[in-house]
Amino acid sequence: MTEPILSLRQVNKSFGPAHVLKDVDFNAYPGEVMALVGDNGAGKSTLTKCIGGIHPIDSGSYEFDGRPVRVHEPRDASALGIEIVYQDLALCDNLDIVQNMFLGREERSGMVLDRASMEERALQTLAGLSVRTVTSVRQRVASLSGGQRQTVAIARAVLWNSKVVILDEPTAALGVAQTKQVLDLVRRLADAGLAVILISHNMNDVLSVADRISALYLGRMAAEVRRADIDHTRIVELITTGRSGDLGLAPEQTGETGDPDATPAAGGSDPAGEADAIRPGDAIGPVVEPAGPAETPTATDTDDEVPA
Amino acid sequence: MTSVTPEAPQLDGPAEKPAVGGPRRSPADELKGHLQAYTARVRGGDMGSLPAALGLVVLCAVFGTLRPAFLTAGNFANLFTQGAVITTIAMGLIFVLLLGEIDLSAGFASGVAGAVLAVTLTKHGWPLPVALAATIVTGVVIGLVLGTLVARVGIPSFVVTLGGFLAFQGVVLIIIGQGGNIPITNETVLAIQNNNLSPALGWVLFALVAAGYAATRVLVARSRRRKGLDTEPLVVSAVKVAGVVAITAAAVAVLNEERSRNVMVVSLKGVPIVVPVIVVLLALGTFVLGYTRYGLHIYAVGGNAEAARRAGIKVARIRTSVFVICSTMAAVAGIFAASRANSVDPNAGGSNTLLYAVGAAVIGGTSLFGGRGRIVDAVVGGAVVAVIDNGMGLLGYSSGVKFVVTGLVLVVAAGVDALSRRRAAASGA
Ligand SMILES: Nc1ncnc2c1ncn2[C@@H]1O[C@H](COP(=O)(O)OP(=O)(O)OP(=O)(O)O)[C@@H](O)[C@H]1O
Ligand SMILES: [Mg+2]
Repeated sequence: MTEPILSLRQVNKSFGPAHVLKDVDFNAYPGEVMALVGDNGAGKSTLTKCIGGIHPIDSGSYEFDGRPVRVHEPRDASALGIEIVYQDLALCDNLDIVQNMFLGREERSGMVLDRASMEERALQTLAGLSVRTVTSVRQRVASLSGGQRQTVAIARAVLWNSKVVILDEPTAALGVAQTKQVLDLVRRLADAGLAVILISHNMNDVLSVADRISALYLGRMAAEVRRADIDHTRIVELITTGRSGDLGLAPEQTGETGDPDATPAAGGSDPAGEADAIRPGDAIGPVVEPAGPAETPTATDTDDEVPA
Repeated sequence: MTSVTPEAPQLDGPAEKPAVGGPRRSPADELKGHLQAYTARVRGGDMGSLPAALGLVVLCAVFGTLRPAFLTAGNFANLFTQGAVITTIAMGLIFVLLLGEIDLSAGFASGVAGAVLAVTLTKHGWPLPVALAATIVTGVVIGLVLGTLVARVGIPSFVVTLGGFLAFQGVVLIIIGQGGNIPITNETVLAIQNNNLSPALGWVLFALVAAGYAATRVLVARSRRRKGLDTEPLVVSAVKVAGVVAITAAAVAVLNEERSRNVMVVSLKGVPIVVPVIVVLLALGTFVLGYTRYGLHIYAVGGNAEAARRAGIKVARIRTSVFVICSTMAAVAGIFAASRANSVDPNAGGSNTLLYAVGAAVIGGTSLFGGRGRIVDAVVGGAVVAVIDNGMGLLGYSSGVKFVVTGLVLVVAAGVDALSRRRAAASGA
């Protein structure tokens, strides 16, 4: 069976008192689409940012291509070949499309920015994505519609010869046709051998394009399953309760009162992944603190953000 | 406008047109698209230096009508030497403003640098290059301290530089001494603001600048056309180049006129030496901001610092560096000020210096909110401020009135900035 190209083990991440990721195991496989699902606030974007080096992980291991790596800043991740379309897109409104697509990796001839060749490559990439609505790549991003901005962010991610592409709700602002385009792109990227991670709240999209599905529940990895082994109802169950039949977290991990000795059975066709995701007798204790906004003092995030 | 290319963004015609290798459009269509894009940009709130340039014309007409002395060659030359100091400080300030930060200490930083120059030259008799180096290093060190406090420690720049404002004022006072005054006797330093190029040299430099400007535009356009990318329509480029060349030529011609009251005693004509120095600073600043990776990253951090960080840009380093540039430019301005006053006194760089410089940048079209502005804004805005100051002086208004008017102009410019930002947000442009 395929080895994961990206593999996180027992990853923890806290923002001050808010324990957002709890012993999370996560994998992405080359040539496959891994859907990452979970309710609002489950920690999907946080996991993405940990992979991208935006937030350094507190503990746990981060392996890439089978080797342990250290990812402390965004540069480390892009050096490994990881490209991310963030949920907030992370575009500079005052720059134009080309400048945004090449930001941090500009082409130069000598000391001078090679504007013309960047523009050429940007046009080719956008043409490859069949983008028709953007009239000029010299348009400022501020003047684009929400969907166009999302397209630019996606184009930026596929511009580089990357190995892993993570898309955090890439279709949230897109119309029907463009959504289909993006899902087709996701499929094409995977078929080209890349590992694609797709975060989405749209279960139809997830089911139609994913090869595997990872479900986060309140900061814990509830399950990693193959697409073939699950259906719509059971994913929704995993998302909303953290459990579904033999899949998912132990009752004490989901905060339910239940038999404390209950050991969840490993299920599905991916026992290895399962066994890692499900750990009985968790040290955190039986009560899972909901990492809701009310418990998240905003002051705690200051050291992670750039001063405005 | 913040695009790295000097030309305006261009609409690409109908959306069905294939992105690459499409058929060339007719020149008329190209021109139409270009104008449309420009109008859209102005409507979206990005007017650049346009209002300032128009204001300049109006101001000159008004002052010229009310006081014919305003339009003499002598007064024209005055405007340049008066405006040199604030324009230079404003050029440095623009780097800081592009990040949405402020440097309130730039005026007195120039004072400290001027004091260092005066002390090392006049009191210690250091050779000129060493004294100049000490002056510039003073600016660099001040900028490093300010920048580190803002970028690494995280103190708001307003507070850090307000502290600097007071502290540097004290430093100048300590170096010069209360009521003191250190004369500048070095011929070279004095020449910057007091001597002129010979008329012939003025024309030679003009020819070089005009040729260089035209050549850059042609080269950029050629390399773009070769790749089949949109280019600015030829007409527009030609008009722009011709306009800049004509205005510069007129300025050189006027400055080359005799402006001495008594030609028998002394002849006074030619471009003041400080003018080509400013032109070099303008070219350098434009190159750095418009054509280098570093300049682009300044815009990026000013536009969205978190996005810049995620793109792997070292945000703290950029933030520190703009304060270094600002204080260093202030030090250069300190040299100009010392040259113009023939001395350095405890109030060097004080009074309205900083306010005028911030005013110049903002009036010229640089946004106080960060992310938008160009170096040329300092020149256009600096000209407006110098004209107001000079013209009102000729009309016999007191300093008090001049301060009030300049203060109001600054607030109005900032208001235009804020409103155009709101408008940009509303129109999504
Ligand atoms: N920088 C931060 N500082 C403090 N808390 C944070 C920070 N970033 C995220 N959180 C908290 O972490 C939790 C998980 O957030 P995250 O954005 O990862 O959720 P998500 O699964 O992406 O949700 P959504 O589906 O709404 O995008 C939330 O409770 C959030 O408040
Ligand atoms: Mg999210």
